[in-house]
Amino acid sequence: MQTHTFKPDMPPPKQAIGVLAWLRENLFSGLFNSLLTLFALYLLWLIVPPLINWAIINADWVGTTRADCTSEGACWVFIQQRFGQFMYGFYPSELRWRVDLTVILAIVGAAPLFIDAMPRKARYGIAFLVVYPLLAYWLLHGGFLGLDLVPTSQWGGLTLTLVIAAVGIAGALPLGIMLALGRRSDMPAIRVICVTFIEFWRGVPLITVLFMSSVMLPLFLPEGMNFDKLVRALIGVILFQSAYVAEVVRGGLQAIPKGQYEAAAAMGLGYWRMMGLVILPQALKMVIPGIVNTFIALFKDTSLVIIIGLFDLLNSIKQATTDPAWLGMATEGYVFAALVFWIFCFGMSRYSMHLERKLDTGHKR
Amino acid sequence: MSDVNMQPTQPEGIIQMDGVHKWYGQFHVLKDINMNVQQGERIVLCGPSGSGKSTTIRCLNRLEEHQQGRILVDGTELTHDLKQIEAVRREVGMVFQHFNLFPHLTVLQNCTLSPMWVRKTPRREAEEMAMHYLERVRIPEQAHKFPGQLSGGQQQRVAIARALCMQPKIMLFDEPTSALDPEMVKEVLDTMIGLAEDGMTMLCVTHEMGFARTVANRVIFMDRGEIVEEAEPNKFFSNPENERTQLFLSQILH
Repeated sequence: MQTHTFKPDMPPPKQAIGVLAWLRENLFSGLFNSLLTLFALYLLWLIVPPLINWAIINADWVGTTRADCTSEGACWVFIQQRFGQFMYGFYPSELRWRVDLTVILAIVGAAPLFIDAMPRKARYGIAFLVVYPLLAYWLLHGGFLGLDLVPTSQWGGLTLTLVIAAVGIAGALPLGIMLALGRRSDMPAIRVICVTFIEFWRGVPLITVLFMSSVMLPLFLPEGMNFDKLVRALIGVILFQSAYVAEVVRGGLQAIPKGQYEAAAAMGLGYWRMMGLVILPQALKMVIPGIVNTFIALFKDTSLVIIIGLFDLLNSIKQATTDPAWLGMATEGYVFAALVFWIFCFGMSRYSMHLERKLDTGHKR
Repeated sequence: MSDVNMQPTQPEGIIQMDGVHKWYGQFHVLKDINMNVQQGERIVLCGPSGSGKSTTIRCLNRLEEHQQGRILVDGTELTHDLKQIEAVRREVGMVFQHFNLFPHLTVLQNCTLSPMWVRKTPRREAEEMAMHYLERVRIPEQAHKFPGQLSGGQQQRVAIARALCMQPKIMLFDEPTSALDPEMVKEVLDTMIGLAEDGMTMLCVTHEMGFARTVANRVIFMDRGEIVEEAEPNKFFSNPENERTQLFLSQILH
């Protein structure tokens, strides 16, 4: 009998390496690519140096008034002087520590959830989700247990933006998941209700929703019955965004093979356990990019509350630029707003990429 | 057996199908299926594709709904009552053609999920039991891997262990080796033979005639939604009565 001798594994052949080879391959691989590269370089040369000059080299960084801005570049003194207003709106300055504490508690409280080795993580997470909102409400709003009341009309700036975004996300995600499940339900009544709800809220612009909640809703409510403008805006944002989340989640549910449902059912899992333990973990993982996309849109859409006179970050900045003492600061203000929005949105995007990698269990083959 | 309505001709089995019919829309998939399986019996169902053999065993844990007739599993009748259905599913394990392991859970978690959530077994106990059955299918070393990291044969053995972890009285196999590479068929069949030797009640839809010959007490041949012939394996393979059965056997046994 013959024994086959297998050939040993060999390393792959050496590719051309080094900076020059990389440049030739990626930037100058042909006439057309070379022209594109040169054109792109030209554009960068047009844009980047003036921007750096304006924003950094020629900018004024220190001072207290408009008069301290003497150079041609950006006047960051304006941002510095109005920073408190941008962050807290009209929140009384002596009580701003309460906002800071709310944010610190969120970070400290949520931190254990990001530690992989944390025992009883699910239980802690649920406890956090129940306790923190109450704590945050007490700290921000107050009016009981020894804290002075700060009405929501005084909330503003980045604080308000974060409140709307956080409440919107925390409300829209569970509601959206329930709507997605409802839309795929076997029960016709539930299906019709969910489809109607989703199609209604997807069919109207958010501005209309906010406008209606603020201007028209009070007309329909009985005399004397009125609830907080911010609460109405929050409900509007949650209902509106939940319809989008629902459609994203439904996409994920549809991508789960029928065999997963059958295996779960055959093992004796009931509907809610099947969904909660087998289907949703897979479906949600699959649609992380879509969900985060919706949340980034939600975060940016918070600036639409300007239409109902709430002073979020953008509206606070807009208002500051109309101050006679700081005329002509619109560019600085909006660049700052863009930077803050970008930092948060980019953060969400990176976190979602990290999550996708972490949850990848290698079954995509 | 005091029930006067019980038909005296057949002893009460762990599975009883009486005059079961099923339709997909207009299409009549199951026609008057009668089957009585005793505890510890090993049944092999075979037949051409579309003959209703998979549908038949999928009716036994209500993955498919029958529209006429009666199905009793371990004394519980399958009706629209969800409680009854879940009670039956606790006692009936199922192994699928495409394994259907949960890809987001490790092998061990796949095995402990149902015991922990349906039977309320404490985690530690469930894990011990899972390891016991993983050893039995000879892959305890894979317990902490994800299904996507295993070969097809290994995945199917995990699927068998997962079903066993619920300590079922009956095991259903729906073409368990059809999706496997030829080299992996044997490892799965060996596991199933081991199970049969321990006295498990098994219903297998399979084209593995060697397995049917060694393990089955009875072979049931189906075509076009009907049971055409039913016999113990020796007779079934050497001396089939029905013409359709002879044709089928001549086509699959070369």
